[in-house]
Amino acid sequence: MALTGVFYSLMVLAFLAFFVSRFLTLKTVKGDIRRLHSRPVYYGLNSLFLTVFPAVILLIFWSFAQAILIDGKVKQQIPENFITEDAPLNLIMSEVDRLSEGLKQLVDQGTLSAAKIKNEDSELFGIEDKLESAGVFLSSSISPEVLSASRTKFAMEAFGSSIRNWLAILVSVLGFLWSLKNSTAEFRARNHVERITLFLLGTAATLAIFTSLGIVLSMIFEALRFFGMHPWTDFFFGSTWAPSFSAGSELSILPLLWGTLYISFVALLVSVPIGLYSAIYLSEYASKPIRAIAKPLLEILAGIPTIVYGLFALTTFGPLLRYFFGDGGFLGVEWMSDSRSVITAGVVMGMMLIPFVSSLSDDIINAVPQTLRDGSYGLGATQSETVRKVILPAALPGIIGAILLAASRAIGETMIVVLGAGAVAKFAGNPLEALTTITTRIVSQLTGDLEFDSPETLVAFALGLTLFTITLGLNVLALYIVRKYREQYE
Amino acid sequence: MTETSHTNSLFNVSSKTKNRNAAERRFRIYGILAISIGLLMLLVLASTIILRGTSAFQQTFITLDVDLLESKLDKKGNRNVDDIKKVSTFGYSPILLNAMKKVLEKHEISTSLKKKALGGIISKSAPSQIRDFVLEDVNRIGQTVEFKFLVNGWIDGYIKGRYSRESVANSKFASAEQFDLIDQLLEVGVVEKKFNFDFIFGADASDQRPEAAGIGVAMVGSFYLMLVVLVLSLPLGVAASIYLEEFAKQNIFTDIIEVTISNLAAVPSIVFGILGLAVFINYMHLPQSTPIVGGLVLTLMTLPTIIISTRASLKSVPPSIRDAALGLGASKMQTVFHHVLPLAAPGILTGTIIGMAQALGESAPLLLIGMIGYVATNMPTTISEGLLSPNSAMPAQIYEWAKRADPAFIERAWGGIIILLIFLLTMNTMAVILRRRFERRW
Repeated sequence: MALTGVFYSLMVLAFLAFFVSRFLTLKTVKGDIRRLHSRPVYYGLNSLFLTVFPAVILLIFWSFAQAILIDGKVKQQIPENFITEDAPLNLIMSEVDRLSEGLKQLVDQGTLSAAKIKNEDSELFGIEDKLESAGVFLSSSISPEVLSASRTKFAMEAFGSSIRNWLAILVSVLGFLWSLKNSTAEFRARNHVERITLFLLGTAATLAIFTSLGIVLSMIFEALRFFGMHPWTDFFFGSTWAPSFSAGSELSILPLLWGTLYISFVALLVSVPIGLYSAIYLSEYASKPIRAIAKPLLEILAGIPTIVYGLFALTTFGPLLRYFFGDGGFLGVEWMSDSRSVITAGVVMGMMLIPFVSSLSDDIINAVPQTLRDGSYGLGATQSETVRKVILPAALPGIIGAILLAASRAIGETMIVVLGAGAVAKFAGNPLEALTTITTRIVSQLTGDLEFDSPETLVAFALGLTLFTITLGLNVLALYIVRKYREQYE
Repeated sequence: MTETSHTNSLFNVSSKTKNRNAAERRFRIYGILAISIGLLMLLVLASTIILRGTSAFQQTFITLDVDLLESKLDKKGNRNVDDIKKVSTFGYSPILLNAMKKVLEKHEISTSLKKKALGGIISKSAPSQIRDFVLEDVNRIGQTVEFKFLVNGWIDGYIKGRYSRESVANSKFASAEQFDLIDQLLEVGVVEKKFNFDFIFGADASDQRPEAAGIGVAMVGSFYLMLVVLVLSLPLGVAASIYLEEFAKQNIFTDIIEVTISNLAAVPSIVFGILGLAVFINYMHLPQSTPIVGGLVLTLMTLPTIIISTRASLKSVPPSIRDAALGLGASKMQTVFHHVLPLAAPGILTGTIIGMAQALGESAPLLLIGMIGYVATNMPTTISEGLLSPNSAMPAQIYEWAKRADPAFIERAWGGIIILLIFLLTMNTMAVILRRRFERRW
């Protein structure tokens, strides 16, 4: 029985359980709902939950356990002298995985019988051609050891899965029968249903933690593998970024970090003055209708996908800059050799960040109590003096928080720099030259053909972890500052 | 009455006050300037998109009467499909050239172009267009059929004003003679510029044929991504928010959950892509480049947005409603599901739509799980195929086009952006309307 079959059977059983137990309960009180402890729907739901959940939990845990167990068994079966340096165990195992998946496909298509694969005495002739015609491509010719291992894996998986599926249905039926016992008027069905629901809600909330844990652990794990292959001193303190797929890569984060910070700095240089002055004008000077129009319009800038900004940098803003500063350009200088540069990416990213700075600062300026303004006006200060000498100092921590949030966005931004910043990793000061960033390098190391055991690929995880740490640190700091400030006037 | 008392009158503005007032005016102008610069940037961006993108929706077509010659396509003459299939697209080129020559004769146009340059006017997708037409029904061989073919991207670029005779002087892809010929054909109406539905509904094409590339299949990929995101993140997000907002006691555990969720919202999107690659593809062996993996990654990204907005709308339901329900004997759970949740629904929906719109425009994580490149040529036919077969998504397709060297692809990238923005605009307008119509203020 296939998994989809189990799925449909569970659906039918759940449907049955709901109506049968609802019906039975109503029958015990002869349709007089008032004598039931709970409303009839709860008896149905209780039965439904008991029918479905134990079976689903069994399916999930069995699948995980089965995968781990079979993996261990198959690993034992591969003869030790077969494992060499050129073909380490994990490579062989991935080959076995692919081959057993291929066998499964062949069985699904009906070109090969499952019994023939399981019978160890029968030879599988022409298996390679069959696999190829089924669209399964193997990297090398199939060795007998790999084939026999994958046949074992296939057989064990088929056996385990069928037991699992039948067991799940059995558990479901048992749960159904067990729940019928509770079809009595005295049974506190609502309390049971609510307890299960609460548990489900709690599980959903804990998933958020598992996600973050997953992010951090997967990156730490892969980054550690990277540091096992590549000296960490070179990664953190080296000075060159030069990945080469023949050994001897120099993989240092420092030049990338320089590019990232430089471009982010340019972006903030554009977005902070514009965003801050807009926020001041909108909250202190602008009339209501102007505010109602200008604020949402500015916020559109934050809603535009970053790929649009990237394309704008690459095909419009970059060439425009080059027209002014490039070879044979309008100004007659040769400062720019490529339309991709620090300024190209930085200014366009600054455009995107304007609403981040302006909206947050606007909120914060609005949170400054009116009494402070009134006091200042009462002493004879003009509006601009009030803003500069009273409101801004009062709002400063919050504004710094807003800028930090914008900075964290700038550091983690990907598409604009991938398209607009270039690929040169070095410590250059000329803003009209191309530089590269951490995110750009992650993209370039992780696209295309991947080998999960070369330092050139794994370095992306170390880069990602560093990026994650930096942005997380900035965020925590910013939120802390903003929160602390808000409390001040509440 | 002395001079000094006169100058000190309040009616006379002192120089210091003048300076202060000037500073006030300057400050105000800075503010106006800042807003104008911001709005100007928006204007420049919008006009760039419209100016550079709209031309992608039009394409130059050439109308030719093609003789499906038996001598070329079915040499044995027995209409055997397998034999006809053996004729590759290469074998169809001479037929095309004949049709081209015929149309030139008909309109008495003479040209000095050689065979290859003459055939080069038509898109490289034309032979396979005829071949598909023939293989659909082999009895069509021997007939003369009117076809509308795409014109090569370079020629199309000339008609749209991207190239001029001077700019192709040293090009090996197009020549001034071809442009002369096209001008003549345009005059007699054989060549015309029309709205190109294939751009909206078609599949991506290889590097050589920018004129045939479309965004339709990537649009379907995006649709399946959104389907996964909606199905997973809405129930999960709402359930998590209900727990946190209505049931959880304030303790270290819930504090940790809260801090994690607010920090998840600020994690750069590319980090989610790395997670997807490491967990879903490397450990769980889910198929690469598929909408299901992309959807899972985007779900993780959207979840915090949905949780934050759901909690805000649950919070905005006044406690009096909860008290009233509890007072009438409803259980806590009944209060939440029968009263609080329905009242918070518009806010939750608004937040969901906004989160989905963000996910729809996201491209960085999709690059890492391989949803780029020339991946899908056909529309998926079933839901499981849509979820499990490799595909691209709209923003990733736009990135792919932006990377290609031919300017014709840049034009398509801008065109794709127009379509993407139309989707985003619709979703955001829906969110605004929902909020305006159904949001209650207590």
